[in-house]
Amino acid sequence: MSDSDLPRRGKPPVFLERQSYRRRRVNDAARVLPFIGTLLWMIPLLWPENGAAVRSSSAIIYLFGVWGLLVLGAGLLSWRLSVQAREGDPERDGTGVPGGSGGAP
Amino acid sequence: MTMLNTLVAVCSAYAVFLFAIAFVAERAAMRGQARWLRSPIVYTLSLSIYCTAWTFYGAVGSAVRSGFEYLTIYLGPSLVLIGWWWILRKLVRIGRSQRITSVADLISSRYGKSNLLAVGVTILAVVGTTPYIALQLQSVTLSFEVFGVGDLPTGEEQGHTALWVAAGLALFTVIFGTRNLDANERHNGVVMAIAVEAVVKLFALLAVGVFVVWGLSGGVSGALQKIDASPLGAWQIDGGRWAGLMMLSAAAFLCLPRIFQVLVVENDNETHLRTASWAFPFYLGLMSLFVVPIAVIGLEMLPQGSNPDLFVLTVPLSVGQDGLAVLSFLGGFSSATSMVIVAAIALSTMVSNHVVMPLWLRYAGGGAKVSGDVRSVVLLARRLSIIGVVMLGYLYYRLTGGGAGLASIGLVSFAGMAQVMPAMLGGIFWRGASRIGALTGLTLGFGCWGYTLFLPSFGAGVFLPDAWIAAGPFGIGWLRPQALFGIEGMDPLLHAVVWSLILNTGGFVLASLASFPQPLERLQGAQFVNVFEHSAAPRSWTGRVAQAEDLMIMAQRILGARDAQALFEREAQLQGLGGTLPAPTPDFLETLERELAGSVGAATAHAMVGQIVGGMSVSVEDLMAVADETAQLMEYSARLEAQSQELARTAAQLREANAKLTRLSVQKDAFLSQISHELRTPMTSIRAFSEILRDTTGLKPQEQSKYASIIHDEAIRLTRLLDDLLDLSVLENGQVNLNLREGRLSDVLDRAVAAAAADEHGARLRIRRDRGAENVWLNTDLDRLSQVFINLVANARKYCDAERPMLEIRVRQGDRLVIDFVDNGTGISSEAQDVIFEKFSRVSDQKAGGAGLGLAICRQIITRLGGEIRYLPGQGGAAFRVTLPARIAMAAQ
Repeated sequence: MSDSDLPRRGKPPVFLERQSYRRRRVNDAARVLPFIGTLLWMIPLLWPENGAAVRSSSAIIYLFGVWGLLVLGAGLLSWRLSVQAREGDPERDGTGVPGGSGGAP
Repeated sequence: MTMLNTLVAVCSAYAVFLFAIAFVAERAAMRGQARWLRSPIVYTLSLSIYCTAWTFYGAVGSAVRSGFEYLTIYLGPSLVLIGWWWILRKLVRIGRSQRITSVADLISSRYGKSNLLAVGVTILAVVGTTPYIALQLQSVTLSFEVFGVGDLPTGEEQGHTALWVAAGLALFTVIFGTRNLDANERHNGVVMAIAVEAVVKLFALLAVGVFVVWGLSGGVSGALQKIDASPLGAWQIDGGRWAGLMMLSAAAFLCLPRIFQVLVVENDNETHLRTASWAFPFYLGLMSLFVVPIAVIGLEMLPQGSNPDLFVLTVPLSVGQDGLAVLSFLGGFSSATSMVIVAAIALSTMVSNHVVMPLWLRYAGGGAKVSGDVRSVVLLARRLSIIGVVMLGYLYYRLTGGGAGLASIGLVSFAGMAQVMPAMLGGIFWRGASRIGALTGLTLGFGCWGYTLFLPSFGAGVFLPDAWIAAGPFGIGWLRPQALFGIEGMDPLLHAVVWSLILNTGGFVLASLASFPQPLERLQGAQFVNVFEHSAAPRSWTGRVAQAEDLMIMAQRILGARDAQALFEREAQLQGLGGTLPAPTPDFLETLERELAGSVGAATAHAMVGQIVGGMSVSVEDLMAVADETAQLMEYSARLEAQSQELARTAAQLREANAKLTRLSVQKDAFLSQISHELRTPMTSIRAFSEILRDTTGLKPQEQSKYASIIHDEAIRLTRLLDDLLDLSVLENGQVNLNLREGRLSDVLDRAVAAAAADEHGARLRIRRDRGAENVWLNTDLDRLSQVFINLVANARKYCDAERPMLEIRVRQGDRLVIDFVDNGTGISSEAQDVIFEKFSRVSDQKAGGAGLGLAICRQIITRLGGEIRYLPGQGGAAFRVTLPARIAMAAQ
């Protein structure tokens, strides 16, 4: 997490400006999105199988709906990140990949 | 039959089209107009080689057999792409900064550039990819079969089709995959061709899907109703397989050599990943969107027992849509060919870089000096690898008889490549991951996969005896390949995946924890795990222990003697060196590597320079060499410094000695004039008065007596002077005999003080003594010692210029007897201190009382007595210290 690498970089401010703060949160969102996706796609495991089984049409709509939303979310984040990269990230090296300490969990 | 002919014609035309695309892209890249080749969309489309014939045909077959399970294969990679921030971003950065050329390269590079690991991963990749290539051949063959219905091709002819396809693909790959081994291992033509194929297959599948939904099912709602009414109508899924396959496909997506090739190696710009993060899941969604409707319609329309893997083709055919069927066929053909091409390139890179080149360099590299031989070896190695890989796939296809469903073959391959995942993820996130750990994990995982999944996939009795599968090897039940440790009833694939990954990860972690990595591993580990802190740009050479001559020999072999020599000479001139060998600076190494890359490809060039330099980028060996050199330099400079200090000291001493000599020379001159004067004055008066006595008559007796006594006095003065000189010369020549007697120090001092006071104008000097301390018995030449004391006291009397002159005599007895004579005058100036013990030395000309021999005599005497006399500065006045050895002094009794 980018917050975790704060202590390593000399004396960064504990509280960030609004802009930098937004940046960090976009990065966080990019990290969280796959977990949301996994969660949503694991939900079918809870569906009943016999008796009142979920109809396939609903399953298709659900699964592809999630797919669409994830694509939309990823697209949105990608757009935000590219805007950030263009504006230049004062905290980073400016290689167009703003972000944390390597995304290490 | 005419259909088949048409199909062959269409195929050929399509192949020509692909060749043309690849050719145009290559040309454009060569002319530097490759910007459009490197757009994020092309990158995303090239990722679509994930969707092989397995997707194109097999997904529908899989949907018919196991419902929605086929989706997992696309959900996993979608999640990986959506979660690019976690893994892919890092992987791509590492790949670019470390110049990774393949999965095997990544693993080997991370774990201390271990070639053993690289070979292991290469073997795993070849073995794991072989079924996959077989799958592509099988699907193409099957699709041909569909159009040849009625001819009922025999098994022999099937084999022919597969062989022709394999040969064609090998040809294309050899041409475009190895034709340009130039800079950074990227294949513009191939990438462009597979991007076009990605569009073709997506378009074909969408076309079939749209036709099925709107043409055959009456729109979306109709299609949904049909689905609900079909055998696939109710949600039914094996939970374990749903989650397990999703994970497996995600893992395989990261590890499959062909995906790694396009994802990391061919990546041109890290920002492309951002676009791919949404565009590729979108592509996958589109690819899988119409699978279920096609499956349902196929089940509904086609007779029982039709191969569901071919519904994409047979559904349009059955309703007379030949054009659509041909388009669909092309889509499947595209999927199959793009996969085989990229897989063959990726595998051939691994095989040639990690297996063939090391062997060749070891066994044949020494002698060959012909220009261009390495280049041809690399090319040959790659081409043969490509052909070998494709033919292995063909062999697998013939061996398994093309019986199994496409999806199950693909999953065998997935499970095989997924074994690389623990080592890969561990390598980029955990610094503690070690080479031993990676080796252990890979070996266990690979072995387990081979035993539980790969070998049984050939069918019972081919590689594993029936009895083994049924009852375990040698009847050991808990080792049954499909029920390890007695856990029965599990899905064989899930069983193999779970056990192989558990053993793999467990072995990896435990062995990593237990082992201690080599320095190089630790360095690489830090560079991989902390890649975002270390690298903004690809690393350059930092080693500099390369032997310029070795580099020259290697460069000659690759570039040709003339070109290589010209290059080296140019570089040497640039560095400002004479001769033909430049210093192996990082800049030069980089230039050389670039030049070599034009001939043998960046990876090999990097590896070859690395071999001579001793490591890619900075290696621990380099660091150690630097440290050694530095240590040597430091030692050398310390020695130099010591020497120069010594020189400086010597120079100072010499200067001092020189000054002293100069002073002595001046004194000698002064003395000579002084001594002549001293000798001349009495001589003059002696001559004068003796002449008076001789020539003057009538002198009064008292006058006679006065003149005679003057002559006598002057003669005594002369004698004293000559005595002193004689004394000194005797002392200096060591001819003196010491007259040893016992006596008390206080008595000696008494005598000395009395004798000194007997001189003409005494009395004024006060002498302070400590009688108690002087109570020391001596065993020495008392007369000589008292001569020294007399001299010192007389000097004080003569030269002490204080108003109330006072001499203090201090006696101290430690391990030596120390007698200090300190007066309260102005003392002796520091430049004079050096010379006062020299002969003819006089402190001041004004008080020329003597010949300047006293202190010189004193020093000689004391030295003879085994002691020391020196001037003691800083005592407030002139101070002399006489030190006598303890054996001379006896304790007072």
